[in-house]
Amino acid sequence: MAKYDVDEVKLRQLEEYIDSLEQKEGALIGVLYKAQEIFGYLPKDVQLFIARKLGITAAKVYGVATFYSYFTMEPRGKHVINVCMGTACFVKGADKILEEIKKELDIKEGNMSKDGLFTVDTLRCVGACGLAPVVMVDGKVYGRVKIEDVKGILDEYRE
Amino acid sequence: MAIAGYAIGAQFGYIYVRAEYPLAIHRLRIAINQARDLGLLGKNILGTNFSFDVEIKIGAGAFICGEETALINSIEGGRGEPTVKPPYPAQVGLWKKPTNINNVETFANVPPIILNGADWFSSIGTEKSKGTKVFALAGKVNNVGLVEVPMGITLREIIYDLGGGIKGDKKFKAVQTGGPSGGCIPADHLDTPIDYDTLNALGSMMGSGGMIVMDEDDCMVNIAKFYLEFSCDESCGRCTACRVGNKRMLEILNKITEGKGEMEDLEMLKELAETIKDSSLCGLGQTSPNPVLSTMKFFYDEYLAHVKDKSCPAGVCTELLKYYIIPEKCVGCTACAKVCPVNVIHGEPRKVHVYKRQDV
Ligand code: FES
Repeated sequence: MAKYDVDEVKLRQLEEYIDSLEQKEGALIGVLYKAQEIFGYLPKDVQLFIARKLGITAAKVYGVATFYSYFTMEPRGKHVINVCMGTACFVKGADKILEEIKKELDIKEGNMSKDGLFTVDTLRCVGACGLAPVVMVDGKVYGRVKIEDVKGILDEYRE
Repeated sequence: MAIAGYAIGAQFGYIYVRAEYPLAIHRLRIAINQARDLGLLGKNILGTNFSFDVEIKIGAGAFICGEETALINSIEGGRGEPTVKPPYPAQVGLWKKPTNINNVETFANVPPIILNGADWFSSIGTEKSKGTKVFALAGKVNNVGLVEVPMGITLREIIYDLGGGIKGDKKFKAVQTGGPSGGCIPADHLDTPIDYDTLNALGSMMGSGGMIVMDEDDCMVNIAKFYLEFSCDESCGRCTACRVGNKRMLEILNKITEGKGEMEDLEMLKELAETIKDSSLCGLGQTSPNPVLSTMKFFYDEYLAHVKDKSCPAGVCTELLKYYIIPEKCVGCTACAKVCPVNVIHGEPRKVHVYKRQDV
């Protein structure tokens, strides 16, 4: 097997998953999901590995990985904060919540806090428009968030 | 879906759900397993020789995958880009086989029609749009949530009766329907009975069934900009009109909200919008100019205010805000001077402060 510049154990895990698939056709998105779950993001070598395993070109893998906003090629912080920027949340001031979070975490460029604890991202509607504005941390939903709540929410994850 | 499968002789179906809806996916899984346990899905349904099963396919964050051909590409594991129609999915669809593709809401209408008959169904609604429609009411209304209403109901009934009116007794400004590519409808049209045709005539659409209420604090130019940012983000990049055109429109709107807009920009904006509408490949591009066109049609005065008077009537576009100090009210608490990012507020503690820009 060619050498890949990533964690061996994790790669094995991914390989087992791919081998367990009955049908490889159309499985790419599912495999990328799994890979991102294992590695936290999709490094280049992982994409290459997937391409060879599935017998498709690396360009195709890269094309799909970059097309969907769910996939990321940058390492992410320990906790992922998603601010909903769907319309319902936007008219309820989601942009100001986002600003406050970035201020609180002292993020000026990019979207990761310096300590690597948080990554801030935006999503387009998480289907909880009635609770707008919505913030999600690691999949946990916080509804009707006010600027004053931001610090409290972040503190929950700071220990 | 099983009924549809029975009708057309299909044995397998996919349900495509956005990854952003983990709860929906979770519940759907439970429901599918229950249906299998009851023998309503799987082999030999209800003891007949008809078999049908479904699989959930999870999206990965791409709005365009709501377009049928894009959705099919996505299920096949590729980039969710639309393809030219014809051929339609009914001819060449998933895995190059004829495919029937429908919205959940459409399928949900089928069982009651079978149970109660077509006459019952068409007794609800308007002449051309039959039945009911579910809207996701959100924004600046007191009651938010999903509402199922008969076609032909007026916007006023939805917003004021079901929605309980505008939050904080503010003034209604507009309602935006149909998701990111719908249009904004102003107060004068609140009494229009809504169905597919009337919404289209107003430059909006039924679309996703989203219904976002905006009040006097919302700046319509900024809203148009917001939607366009979305369309630019989500444009798959396949056709030039949509990929480049929306970007150019966004640049103009940025200019306008920063107070650098000129009258030609407004004309340009309109021209671009119409070109993109006419020449895009799929629904996304054909409708992405809707927010711009409808706000320009109904709220042209707000555009003019931004361009001519360099002011934002709703006080949203920060670059156009003008600050001043009311001497009688200023107690010299220094709070404003401390937070001012550009240090233009001068004065001593407990004395009246002054606002002075260095550059003018
Ligand atoms: S817009 Fe934020 S949850 Fe729908």
